[in-house]
Amino acid sequence: MQPIIKIEKLSKSFGDIKAVNKISFDVAKAQMFGLVGPDGAGKSTIIRILTGLLSYDNGSIKILDMDLKKNKKKIQDNIGYLSQKFSLYGDLTIDENIEFFAKIHGVSNYEGRRNELLKFTRLTEFRDRLADNLSGGMKQKLALVCSLIHKPKILYLDEPTTGVDPVSRRDFWKILANLLKDGVTIFMSTPYLDEAERCNKVALINKGKIISIDSPEKIKESTNKTALEIVCNDVKNAASIIKNNTELEIQLFGDRMDIISNNYKDDYIQIEKILSDNSIEIISHRNKTLSLENVFILKVKNENVEA
Amino acid sequence: MLSIEVNSLSKKFGKFLAVDNVSFNVNKGEVFGFLGANGAGKSTTIRMLCGILEPTSGDAKVGGFSVMNEPDKVKQKIGYMSQKFSLYNDLTVEENINFYGGVYGLFGEKLNERKKWVLKISDLKGKENLITASLPGGIKQRLALGTAVIHNPAIVFLDEPTSGVDPIARRQFWELINDISDRGTTVLVTTHYLEEAEFCNNIILINAGKLIAHGTPATLKKDYLKNKIIEIECDDPVSAMNILSKEPFVDDTSIFGNNIHLSVNEIYNSKTQISDSIKTNNKINIKRIDPIVPTLEDVFIHLLEKGK
Repeated sequence: MQPIIKIEKLSKSFGDIKAVNKISFDVAKAQMFGLVGPDGAGKSTIIRILTGLLSYDNGSIKILDMDLKKNKKKIQDNIGYLSQKFSLYGDLTIDENIEFFAKIHGVSNYEGRRNELLKFTRLTEFRDRLADNLSGGMKQKLALVCSLIHKPKILYLDEPTTGVDPVSRRDFWKILANLLKDGVTIFMSTPYLDEAERCNKVALINKGKIISIDSPEKIKESTNKTALEIVCNDVKNAASIIKNNTELEIQLFGDRMDIISNNYKDDYIQIEKILSDNSIEIISHRNKTLSLENVFILKVKNENVEA
Repeated sequence: MLSIEVNSLSKKFGKFLAVDNVSFNVNKGEVFGFLGANGAGKSTTIRMLCGILEPTSGDAKVGGFSVMNEPDKVKQKIGYMSQKFSLYNDLTVEENINFYGGVYGLFGEKLNERKKWVLKISDLKGKENLITASLPGGIKQRLALGTAVIHNPAIVFLDEPTSGVDPIARRQFWELINDISDRGTTVLVTTHYLEEAEFCNNIILINAGKLIAHGTPATLKKDYLKNKIIEIECDDPVSAMNILSKEPFVDDTSIFGNNIHLSVNEIYNSKTQISDSIKTNNKINIKRIDPIVPTLEDVFIHLLEKGK
């Protein structure tokens, strides 16, 4: 299948800072693609370049089979963009906000589409409410509706769920899943690795470069490490004892810890001995796949060591 | 030893019952997670516990003092950090530290000693003269936490402290929270991110002003989630999700890349129910169906949906 977004050797500098450094990747149609990285990694810069809001220095970008530099306007007619700040007008109602965005995009017969989108996001009964009086989750859904009014083929989401509660967030993901089914391609950036697990393909970026790009499952397999979960009494104390006696990396949770392990069996034998020497009893243990967050932190650390 | 004791705490705004007869205890030095959707009553409860909002009925003891009768004494026992990081952006790092030190009555040698500590935990040693607005998000967040606990309070309240912070900064921040609790300060934290709630020793969940769950991350998963979570890998997961979401044995569905997560209730008895259901659409090829360990998010979505 032809990629819907094709980026080759893209670079962008701000003065001496290489915000995006020779990045290449493809996004397939109807895929949920996630761009993940720390603050300042270049996520927002890439999204702004792809939406045509920011120029780039070098490389080539093809979107919907068109060159971004030559066909910017035509590409922009086919994309939607939901920014971190949900640019809504607080003193307009839901209906009026949607009307405003329809007119900006030159959509004249928007009423049918508006009804359909309000139903789809379950906002119909609130349509006369001012945007200022909506909850965070409802604002987010309204901003999404506004970015979909002109039936875009690609939807860009820049950290869309910051400050939105878990129930609204799950609702939001369901709406996005149904957009994929209608053939819309979703390109999003997020600092939350558990959200990245929802994508079909993920690019981990750091300092303007891609450090890994694949499905979440494949990225996790690529490290050859596992997480050894230990539940024990006085877990804080146990973690500091292990830290002092081994080189192992530990992530401490409220009632357990995960130890990043190259060899589950050997590491467990060693830990069991250290803890029993300190009269700490292990309640349970199991070997788990690493979370995407663990993998990300390992890869960024390796990069920093090599650099 | 108890650091916070909440007894039948309620708050009414007009006819609206924002906090409805809530009781719970927090041990000294623990990291306590306070969770709920927007509008559930979290901020109202925290404001009462900080002694800045008077309860309609009930009471709470915070650091040994009653929020009803001795709110000013409560204020001396606590620190508070909001999601907006209440730092002055146009002041330098040192000016912000001096300002908060002054607010909390620190001066002289004591102020210098605590200033050194704040600079150390926020990696800002030698950078005292930087303008706060120019700091990266993660550093600013640690500086905000440092200033919130500059007076070594018995209890610190963190209201959604990690909103919009990247994974590496977030992990450093949680290490810092653990350090602070190790020194004996009780940490009460609200968050929308359930993966972060896993870092807490104990958690409560409130909904529509009422307490609906209380326990450690592990006991919440064991005691409150009667449903099982099943992961399905198949072609066209969105179509499969839409079919499955109509089944009576399915309470909730969610897409994770090429997988579907189902929350199945007591009507569910075997994988064949799922495969039979999906087979009504013969284009969908099922690769595997496996039960998985639920996340705290699964538990909470279940409890909140049930509460509707």
